Amino acid sequence: MDLRLFNKWQGQSLDGVIAECRELVEDADFPTVKRWRAAGGKVLGHFQVYFPEEIAHAAGMLPLKIRGAAIDCTHSDSHFGSYLCSILKTSLELVMSKKVELDMFITHPICDAARNLAAVWGRNFDYPCQILYLPQNANSAASATYLCEEYARVQADIEMITGNKVTEEALKNSLSVFNENRSLLRQLYAIKREQPWLISAYETYLLTNVGGMIMREEHNEILKAVIPLIETRPIKRHDKIRVVFEGGFCEQPPLDLIRTISQSCYVVDDDLLIGLRWILEDVSLEGDPLFNLAEAYLEKSSYSPVQHDSRKPKEKMLLERIANSHAEAAIITAAKMCEPGLEEQVAYTKALDEKGIPYFVSEFEESMTSFDQMEIQLETFTENILFG
Amino acid sequence: MTEDKKGDIVGRGNVEGANLFREWFAELTDAAKNNQGAAYVFVMGSMAELLKTFDFPLVFPEITALQTAVRRVADEYLTVAEDYGYSPDICGYVKADIGVHLREREHPMGKIPKPSLTVLTNACNTYVKWAEIWERMYGIPVFVLDVPATREAGGQFQPGSSDFARDCKYVEAQIRELITLCENISGKKFDIDRLRETLAYANDMNVGWKRVLELNKSKPSLFNALTDGTAYLGVSNNFRGTKEGSQYFKNLVEEMEYKAARGIGTQTEEKYRLAFVGVPCYPIFRRFSEMFTQWGGAFVHSTYLNFASGGANMGFEYDVNRPIESLAEGALISIRDAMDSMFHHDRMIIKMVKDYELDGVIYHPIKSCRTVSTGLADGRRAMMAATDTPSLFIESDMMDKRVVSEAQMKNRADAFFEGLASRRLTAAKTA
Repeated sequence: MDLRLFNKWQGQSLDGVIAECRELVEDADFPTVKRWRAAGGKVLGHFQVYFPEEIAHAAGMLPLKIRGAAIDCTHSDSHFGSYLCSILKTSLELVMSKKVELDMFITHPICDAARNLAAVWGRNFDYPCQILYLPQNANSAASATYLCEEYARVQADIEMITGNKVTEEALKNSLSVFNENRSLLRQLYAIKREQPWLISAYETYLLTNVGGMIMREEHNEILKAVIPLIETRPIKRHDKIRVVFEGGFCEQPPLDLIRTISQSCYVVDDDLLIGLRWILEDVSLEGDPLFNLAEAYLEKSSYSPVQHDSRKPKEKMLLERIANSHAEAAIITAAKMCEPGLEEQVAYTKALDEKGIPYFVSEFEESMTSFDQMEIQLETFTENILFG
Repeated sequence: MTEDKKGDIVGRGNVEGANLFREWFAELTDAAKNNQGAAYVFVMGSMAELLKTFDFPLVFPEITALQTAVRRVADEYLTVAEDYGYSPDICGYVKADIGVHLREREHPMGKIPKPSLTVLTNACNTYVKWAEIWERMYGIPVFVLDVPATREAGGQFQPGSSDFARDCKYVEAQIRELITLCENISGKKFDIDRLRETLAYANDMNVGWKRVLELNKSKPSLFNALTDGTAYLGVSNNFRGTKEGSQYFKNLVEEMEYKAARGIGTQTEEKYRLAFVGVPCYPIFRRFSEMFTQWGGAFVHSTYLNFASGGANMGFEYDVNRPIESLAEGALISIRDAMDSMFHHDRMIIKMVKDYELDGVIYHPIKSCRTVSTGLADGRRAMMAATDTPSLFIESDMMDKRVVSEAQMKNRADAFFEGLASRRLTAAKTA
């Protein structure tokens, strides 16, 4: 379907584009999804962290990244107990309140809580709600073939919902679109890494986030338009420390928290919405596209606390991320009640202690509204590094 | 069996279970003293059948952790782990275990041997995070046996289908990789005949476990699924694939059949038949059960007895003529069912309401375990919409007494039984 979902950014200055992106990211009514559905389009909601969106795209479905929202849970609260992260509750709230309507929902075994979602949603909605078993044994020689077959299974379900057969040509075209998207995001992050004064973490985050709620062709257009504007932005370098932000792989920190951090530091790399940047290189267009996509998930990918891979111990990967981005310090966060995030914090901080790299530890929740205390703590932290 | 045998047979499962449990800990202590490396495994898919053939002592950290709570010293270990940096909001089992390791593996019941490797399944994601901690502490290999489970409610792939064959092929390939890893670590050649032997013992245990659970449909019920059931579960896990485990379950079936034939119940008066959904409250294990039994409530089944047995409730019988292939099939079917018991518990409870003639269902979500607890409130709504069965929803923890409000829980339980009594009275009047 050739439909433009997000027009407001066009003809705007860089600041104007970013302001429009903020409006869209903050709009819990998800207007792009409504526009898509109003035109007869089908929507596949996929929960964090990674989903092979190319498959849905090739079938003409809108892949929508379900990543919660800063909303009150009036419908979903009674469906969960007390000791749970916020993103699960707000994600269900979005669909129960009909702010978002889906034709299919897919979650993943990323954590003990999220893997329950297929069952929870399935008890409340008539459309297919399932779990995509991304391999937890990334080191088995059988994993790539298994995953390819699992993708084929999901593809068949998507074809049933859309009534569209996914041809090899369509899939290769989608791979190409997403390869371009990942390449543009890498360019964006390269600017942030090399010249962080040109684009803040907050702005990068907004530009990245909109990709999860529009078709990728449109997102590519936005990124292609803004990257030259960022590169020529007349902003002077400030005396800020360079940090890596870690802990945004699933539940998203409030925008104002990211902005607060951006005011105190240059965030030269992060794991915010890492699923959109999970695959680090182009997926090959030669041979079986589904297998290539599966193999890339395992062999050409980033890291996160929710994937075990003996080749990628998380603390080692964090140290690499810090070294590659020439960061001086790290901000180690976790969403409240996030088991994998909280557990990883200990490994991260021990590794940073060992290397003598300063770090700032915190927890967040998407509904947080007060950041004054954090701002003061962060200023003290950065001043200690700058003047200590 | 004559009546004068009653003294020997009734309660035998608990006595033998306690003896075997002490034996297991003594073996672990010996292994630790002899510096023998253990395999650290978990209850939902221990792969004991395979690991036993390499003579690895098996450590079940979930069981050693819960024992600190039952012995009311969990707080000491939790504090050690929290002082080390772990959050109050993560799994209490993990923290109690870290506490044990930070105390040189000294445990209230003995000494835990060091790990040589850890084998875990994806039935619980925290297994993976937990194993990564040992990986860092001891530099041991972590083997994740990835078992693709039910993709969508009611959509289990059945044996004979191409989808099942696909999943099975994946599990089997991983088992073969695990065999190679075990050979490398133990220095022993894999012995397929020993695997046949452990599979045969496991068959006896699976069949026995299924039968024991079925027998508790008896009226009155034969054992308390919360307390006695947990003791049986300990043997089911710790002695899986062994001669002792096989004999234990044969004896247990005999005991339960004996009691069933003679109408010997587990308590003086069974007024209400209950199912338990969740993980037990180990910090007040006995007293928690008594909150219900003192009102004549009898726990006749629980989802815990299904998932914490790794799906042994399915009664899967391995084909010893094709041991590796059959081990893969059994792992897929059983571990998948364990996951279904956690994520799709509503379907099981709705069936149990009828099969076990339940009067009520007790939901016990806990702070420590999001695998089991996340979907309980929603599943309860589904159960209540499908049946007319009263239920109680009480939150606490399996390890951390700081989040166990005993008085409040007791008040809730009392009110629940008053409601059940009133409901029964009203039904009698309108009949």
